[in-house]
Amino acid sequence: MNLTLRIWRQKGPEDKGQMVTYQVPDVSPDMSFLEMLDVLNERLILEGEEPVAFDHDCREGICGMCSLMINGEAHGPQRGTTACQLHMRQFSDGDTIDIEPWRARAFPVVKDLVVNRSAFDKIIEAGGYITAPTGSAPEAHSAPVAKANADAAFESAACIGCGACVAACPNGSGMLFTAAKITQLSLLPQGQPERYTRVIGMVDAHDEAGFGGCTNIGECAAACPKGIPLNTIGRLNRDFLKATTKRAGTPGS
Amino acid sequence: MDLYTEGDPIADTKAPDGPIETRWERHRFEGKLVNPANRRKLTVIVVGTGLAGGSAAATLAEQGYHVKSYCYQDSPRRAHSIAAQGGINAAKNYRNDGDSVHRLFYDTVKGGDFRSRESNVHRLAEVSVNIIDQCVAQGVPFAREYGGLLDTRSFGGAQVQRTFYARGQTGQQLLLGAYQALERQIGLGNVEMNARHEMLELVVVDGRARGIVVRDLVTGEISTEMADAVVLASGGYGNVFYLSTNAKGCNVTASWRAHRKGAYFANPCYTQIHPTCIPVSGDHQSKLTLMSESLRNDGRVWVPKAKGDNRNPKDIPEDERDYYLERIYPSFGNLVPRDIASRAAKNVCDEGRGVGPSGLGVYLDFADAIQRLGRKAIEAKYGNLFEMYERITGEDPYEVPMRIYPAVHYTMGGLWVDYDLQSSIPGLFVIGEANFSDHGANRLGASALMQGLADGYFVLPNTLPNYLANAGSFGKVDASHPQAVAARTAVEERIQKLLSINGDRTVDSFHRELGQIMWEHCGMERSEAGLRKAIDEIRTLRDEFWQRVRVPGDGEGLNQSLEKAGRVADFFELAELMCIDALHREESCGGHFRAEHQTPDGEAQRDDDRFAYVAAWEYTGTGQPVLHKEDLKFEYVHPTQRSYK
Amino acid sequence: MAVTGIILVLFLILHMLGNLKIFTGETSFDHYAHWLREIGTPLLPSTWYLWIQRTVLVVAVLAHITSATVLAMRARAARPVPYAHRKKIHVNYAARTMRWGGVIILLFVIYHILDLTTGHLNPQGDPANPYGNVVADFAPERWYVTLFYVLAVVTIGFHLRHGAFSAFRSLGQQTPQGERRARTAALVFAVVLTAGYLVVPFAVLTGLVA
Repeated sequence: MNLTLRIWRQKGPEDKGQMVTYQVPDVSPDMSFLEMLDVLNERLILEGEEPVAFDHDCREGICGMCSLMINGEAHGPQRGTTACQLHMRQFSDGDTIDIEPWRARAFPVVKDLVVNRSAFDKIIEAGGYITAPTGSAPEAHSAPVAKANADAAFESAACIGCGACVAACPNGSGMLFTAAKITQLSLLPQGQPERYTRVIGMVDAHDEAGFGGCTNIGECAAACPKGIPLNTIGRLNRDFLKATTKRAGTPGS
Repeated sequence: MDLYTEGDPIADTKAPDGPIETRWERHRFEGKLVNPANRRKLTVIVVGTGLAGGSAAATLAEQGYHVKSYCYQDSPRRAHSIAAQGGINAAKNYRNDGDSVHRLFYDTVKGGDFRSRESNVHRLAEVSVNIIDQCVAQGVPFAREYGGLLDTRSFGGAQVQRTFYARGQTGQQLLLGAYQALERQIGLGNVEMNARHEMLELVVVDGRARGIVVRDLVTGEISTEMADAVVLASGGYGNVFYLSTNAKGCNVTASWRAHRKGAYFANPCYTQIHPTCIPVSGDHQSKLTLMSESLRNDGRVWVPKAKGDNRNPKDIPEDERDYYLERIYPSFGNLVPRDIASRAAKNVCDEGRGVGPSGLGVYLDFADAIQRLGRKAIEAKYGNLFEMYERITGEDPYEVPMRIYPAVHYTMGGLWVDYDLQSSIPGLFVIGEANFSDHGANRLGASALMQGLADGYFVLPNTLPNYLANAGSFGKVDASHPQAVAARTAVEERIQKLLSINGDRTVDSFHRELGQIMWEHCGMERSEAGLRKAIDEIRTLRDEFWQRVRVPGDGEGLNQSLEKAGRVADFFELAELMCIDALHREESCGGHFRAEHQTPDGEAQRDDDRFAYVAAWEYTGTGQPVLHKEDLKFEYVHPTQRSYK
Repeated sequence: MAVTGIILVLFLILHMLGNLKIFTGETSFDHYAHWLREIGTPLLPSTWYLWIQRTVLVVAVLAHITSATVLAMRARAARPVPYAHRKKIHVNYAARTMRWGGVIILLFVIYHILDLTTGHLNPQGDPANPYGNVVADFAPERWYVTLFYVLAVVTIGFHLRHGAFSAFRSLGQQTPQGERRARTAALVFAVVLTAGYLVVPFAVLTGLVA
């Protein structure tokens, strides 16, 4: 099939950037979306132009590196699919495809379609962990976990940190990412001691990074390639309310 | 000119002797320690943030060392360990099915086709149980039974159920556990994290590793980072084949640069070809996707009995199907180790019985399992894998059997290390897939995660202090030391060279061609003639690369073509060494199968008299590496012909 | 948002129930309107309760608007460069129209107060005869007033549909089943309230109330 691509080109963080049109002929439906971009880049290099910079690594939908806004949808039109797993059979001959980077103040553009997502690391740094230094762990079976809780924790832990939730959110909020980690850890017995300090720390870091606030619209969950459910945000809210009302840190509370 | 020369054998691996169960314990006790107050004055560089690098950086920081961590990805959470699907082995024996540390040790040595060190493997089996405890404490959501306890499943090469898992995303969950521990240390200021940085050179001063030269991939800035010890956790080199299950960015540059500075490279020819990957669909293919080996628990592998039978698989009656693994290996059936399953698939395809458009594929059929357990149960176990398969191929594996074919997946070879995980350069430690240490000639499924975390959480943090305890006598050096300046200048010159060729071929076109040569001649089956041909072709292609490659843009700022060019340049040199190693090892073992050395029924034929050693290669710069042999002694597991029949 | 929203929702429920008293006849309705001014007497002087309620409502409205403005400004700051190509929101129309819907509702409330509370914009404007004011307001020849009223109430309905669900969520509704229940409850509530508010003008328009 033959496609017209309109791609955001931006030389560097300070450059203004613009959409540039490219024709890509003879695209095979078995190609992945990124392989289609590879084909374009190979041609651009030989024509003496700079290839389009885009983030990618594992190309199997798990590393979370790829981050393309395709026709206004994070990771493109197929639900539950990262851009690297999206295949060209989802498109038809003659289509025009717009490709843009994630847009958020907290994710500044580095070049073309590459953005800086270190704000997510900052959120994890602010409490998205269980303090368990190596060597200090008790026997694994000392704390059984109800299967339902373990399964729900896993469901949230499946987050790949790609940032599609932020990219899709009309508010530019990173609440689904934050809530996924909070949900995972607060459903497990090991996560209880730090439960309320964690939620305060992570939400503060989220706000500080310049993400927008959540208004429960649900675009994030619709865009999430890993199907993190929207109700995780309810879990975050509940923990947050408890944390702010129960005077966290009071012994016995 | 000979392809290589032989040097002195390796005299000391620092492996302790005595009863194998007590070796690690005694070795730890005999090692020197660093006073807690002195630890923060010592800096350790860790390159790579996968299971090994992430866990090591976090643990060393917890102990009080000052750690500088580097990864090429935009976040330490994205290292390729994240893509491991199936599980992690541990000798917990929660199933009461006869597992023990000794059995895990035994299975691993046997699975490695008797080409690994007993002492190392035993240590690995010992600490495996601590890994599970550690990960559970971090909140890793392993699969659980209804009673709330951990579930386990079986995996290739073992007859016990010792594999812990988190659906098909075990690597992701374990890595996020390590990443979170690392982020905690970053927040506490104990780790200085440098994402989107690539190590391009090792700095060796007075024979010790004292730093690295890195390029900031965003700004293009080259800097020299000094430390008291350098730890490489930079993963494997499967991408030398261009198509592999590795992430696109995986590369050998960190290891290769260290090799060029004097670190021995061990057993480079040991490559694992994973039997269950999605077949190649066309020339545009940029990577191969693995379907977890755990699928072989419930899926049955078959091809039509007749050549060229291209009926719809549903129309092929039961008695015209050849469930060849079950037929040839009745006791292990579909769960034979990876090397055996891969070669069997290649053999049936070579016979013309392969399936799919290219004829390079075999069926992995879940119809029986769905009938026996119900679709729901299969969904719960493998749902995400089935979805992934459907997205890539457009076929629904609940209805049509999957098509699979082997693909390069893991490299058992790597930088040579002693029992302390120290390379032949003092102060340079190598952990995880980047070293060669524990898997011999073939790695068992669910053992990579085990080894990465064992090295990072429990082994290195116990051996590195013994080296650092003497750091006071190393002498102060900084980035202005002539050796450091020379290293940096070399990096800058190489980048300028790559940018200035301005030829007419892209980096990827060279990489693809190199991969084809390697897959053809140094892949699942190797022969003397093929390897010699490959070496010639690689040399020619490498020369062409340095004449004709075109790297657009400049060194300032993000330049992905430049990154790739440097990596491919190193792959060329590695590829040659792999072929030399494969050529010199005139036997078949594990992931290394030489056509000339097979039993009458086509199984690998080891030659323990001549080749029961580790081949550690020294770089000379003349194109003629020096081979140092490290003899392998087997006191507990006696080499036998591996049989899974 | 959730807390102030709930205060306003409680008022909306009472207000609707009061409106429906119009079907009990002119005397009864006017008596009810008069009673509103006398709540709390003799403990409180006449109309004091009403003013307390009005104060609470004004504070709630201001706080609601302030929170909404803060969220809107944060959203704007969070995405300084807009997308060139933006797909419409998948999820629902109600969530998409919260901000402009809120502005429309505010304008309507101002008009509504000038119309039926102070009487400035009412064709009759007799404070002693609210029943007559309502009937005059929605007279058939003033169809445009009715139309505006209907549009505003429907906007409130949409606002409530997402607002009510969102309030549940903000206050910690956290399970998938609960989410389904909360969404259904919000929808039913929004429909009931919209219908409850619309029957009055339609009753006047059709002559059922005259």
